[in-house]
Amino acid sequence: MFAKSLRSFHLSRKLYTRHYCLAAQEPSFNRIETQYVNNLKIVEGTEQIPIYRLLDVDGELLNASEFPSIDKNLVQRFYKYMRTLKEVDKILYECQRQGRISFYMTGYGEEGVQIGSAAGLNDDDLVFPQYRETGVLLWRGFTIDQCIDQCFGNKKDAGKGKQMPIHYGSKDHHYVTVSSPLGTQLPQAVGAAYSYKMMKNKKCTIVYFGEGAASEGDAHAAFNFAATLQCPIIFFCRNNGYAISTPATEQYRGDGIAGRGSAYGIAALKVDGNDVLGVYKATRIARNYAVENNSPIIVEAMTYRRGHHSTSDDSTAYRRQEEIDQWKKLDPIVRLQNFMEKYGMWDNELQSKWVESIRKQILNSVVQSEKVKKPKWQEMFSDVYHDLPPHLQEQQQYMENHVKKYKQYYPLNDFEQS
Amino acid sequence: MLKRAVKLLRTNISNNGGRSSSSFTYFAEKTPENRGPTEKLNMFQAINNALDLVLRTDPSSVIFGEDVGFGGVFRCSLDLQKKYGKERVFNTPLCEQGIVGFGIGLAVTGTTAIAEIQFADYMFPAFDQIVNEAAKYRYRSGNLFNCGKLTIRTPSSAIGHGGLYHSQSPESYYTHTPGLKIVIPRGALKAKGLLLACIRDEDPCIFFEPKSLYRAATDEVPVGDYECELGKADILRTGTDVTLIGWGPQVHVLLEVADLAKEKLKVNCEVIDLVSLLPWDKQTVINSIKKTGKVLIAHEAPKTSGFGGEIASTIQEECFLHLEAPVSRVTGFDTPFPHVFEPFYLPNKWRCFEAVQNLVCF
Repeated sequence: MFAKSLRSFHLSRKLYTRHYCLAAQEPSFNRIETQYVNNLKIVEGTEQIPIYRLLDVDGELLNASEFPSIDKNLVQRFYKYMRTLKEVDKILYECQRQGRISFYMTGYGEEGVQIGSAAGLNDDDLVFPQYRETGVLLWRGFTIDQCIDQCFGNKKDAGKGKQMPIHYGSKDHHYVTVSSPLGTQLPQAVGAAYSYKMMKNKKCTIVYFGEGAASEGDAHAAFNFAATLQCPIIFFCRNNGYAISTPATEQYRGDGIAGRGSAYGIAALKVDGNDVLGVYKATRIARNYAVENNSPIIVEAMTYRRGHHSTSDDSTAYRRQEEIDQWKKLDPIVRLQNFMEKYGMWDNELQSKWVESIRKQILNSVVQSEKVKKPKWQEMFSDVYHDLPPHLQEQQQYMENHVKKYKQYYPLNDFEQS
Repeated sequence: MLKRAVKLLRTNISNNGGRSSSSFTYFAEKTPENRGPTEKLNMFQAINNALDLVLRTDPSSVIFGEDVGFGGVFRCSLDLQKKYGKERVFNTPLCEQGIVGFGIGLAVTGTTAIAEIQFADYMFPAFDQIVNEAAKYRYRSGNLFNCGKLTIRTPSSAIGHGGLYHSQSPESYYTHTPGLKIVIPRGALKAKGLLLACIRDEDPCIFFEPKSLYRAATDEVPVGDYECELGKADILRTGTDVTLIGWGPQVHVLLEVADLAKEKLKVNCEVIDLVSLLPWDKQTVINSIKKTGKVLIAHEAPKTSGFGGEIASTIQEECFLHLEAPVSRVTGFDTPFPHVFEPFYLPNKWRCFEAVQNLVCF
């Protein structure tokens, strides 16, 4: 039903192939056939896009036919990865609070969005993340050690200590390195999708962004390019209600980000972001739609950022605790657990042992990672360009001479020696 | 439970992953005379105080930007929405080009527009609005229209753990744009006076607020209304041997270097805070170098096309026969601003001190 309506959306667009035509009785502007009228009507409001969900708040399966073969292993994997993400978040958040790492961002409340969407993709579809998508990487096999090494910026960090914590990236996991500026990833993901279309490789790209980033000019550029250049891309909006302190009510009007789809000529859907099964299914369908039709699609996952924006933020300065508590009742992990209990996929003892072992693994990883030295400081000059140009060679040489002379004033012991 | 578990880890490992401490020591301003009562304020409080004063005295003034409603991520607009209402202090959608373009429109129609861009690193989407629009409004209309009532405030420069996108000092992109005024305060007292001057200036101003100063820079700040002159440099220490030029937090590094040079090299440094980069106070710099014959310019931004280059070439034009050593620059390197390598990136006191030593021994 869901997939069918998307298909008909796509077909209906294809039918409009006529260009602007003065000779026609009725107008056709840029392929949209319409009519002239003599009673003026202001069009107000938009048709609301309903929010798709498979599990209700209590974990009850709402539409068994939409999920014909519930694979117990898959469901258990969902749970494990969501829970792993949460445990990683808890420990690294504490690490930041203790001054061991400089910064952190949790994904509290959005575990279902991250894991469900990751599972709905093919593992080699290219991800352009915003920054709150650590779960997508974990799902693809990026290890806890790799996350923690990045956060410590030690010499095992693939990013060589150059960026702040949580700016992960992995070529092996088809995950383009996080960049802090908001929205910049959107048009880039469209270009990458066009590239894939030319390669005919049956892959798509997915770009994650928040409802705040969707206000950037780059978002408009991306939607319009993807529509006009017919690119296989999923615009995955994590609508979590807040851009730092700015609530969605001050961010946009109209029917959310998915509601913009029809104006751009882009297919769109909304899904309950706290229902991991629904997110999985919706992303899977969106993925197939994008690849089969070489067309963009917007997926807007309605969720809530339960944590602070980052460790630099205290969200109690702008929202009430009751609001946060209310969303706690809609927790995606608890909802999945309820579902698993109802359908005989839950073993209490097994789960608690497993959670304990994951915690130990993370804590152990922190201990190990913290002991690893940072890359040699000369790494600061590498990767600005493909080759080190003469002026940077000079600057590096100058700094080496200086550090030799003033070595007691530099934290050389924290860094690998060259 | 978890907190304890993580804490336990701490006992047997060195803490080498945390935030770097401040890279400079703040030199507080002298308490001003003849400006009435003062109160102890840090820089974000002094800015808040200036904004409050403007909202109170200029009924057409508005303050807007991302997250300014609850006080801004650096607390500069704290409580102003409560005091003056949502119509005058408000959040905008997350869109820098929108913020600046909207601000220009306000200013063109006579509203005092005080825009906040959350980080200078994130101002680039607004580059077109700033460079092609705000800066050229007066010129292109033959002075029919102008947006002098626009002031853009934005936090800039190093903070100890900001990495690529929360540390940049992008001032020289903007100093290359005729029509703008570019101002960078060195502390709380100057911040209030300069911000008030920017807001009331007849031309659009960009006010860079070095974020390391927000909490570290505490001065006795006059409670009343005052302005610090734009385009005027301050001589913070007079000397006869070497001129040291900087702005923002780098000024404090240079003051410490002057002390070091005095102690270890018996050299008297003259320290100049340029304060305004566009327009900049050539004469104060020239006068100083004609006296000392030796100069060090230091800034956090990368060396190539950094504002130090502009100053150096002017010194060469104006003071050629007075120079006793080549103009020296100590700057950030020509790399993006790195996260864990920050202690090696910054033009710290030891790099500056070494440069002074080289100047003296030239």
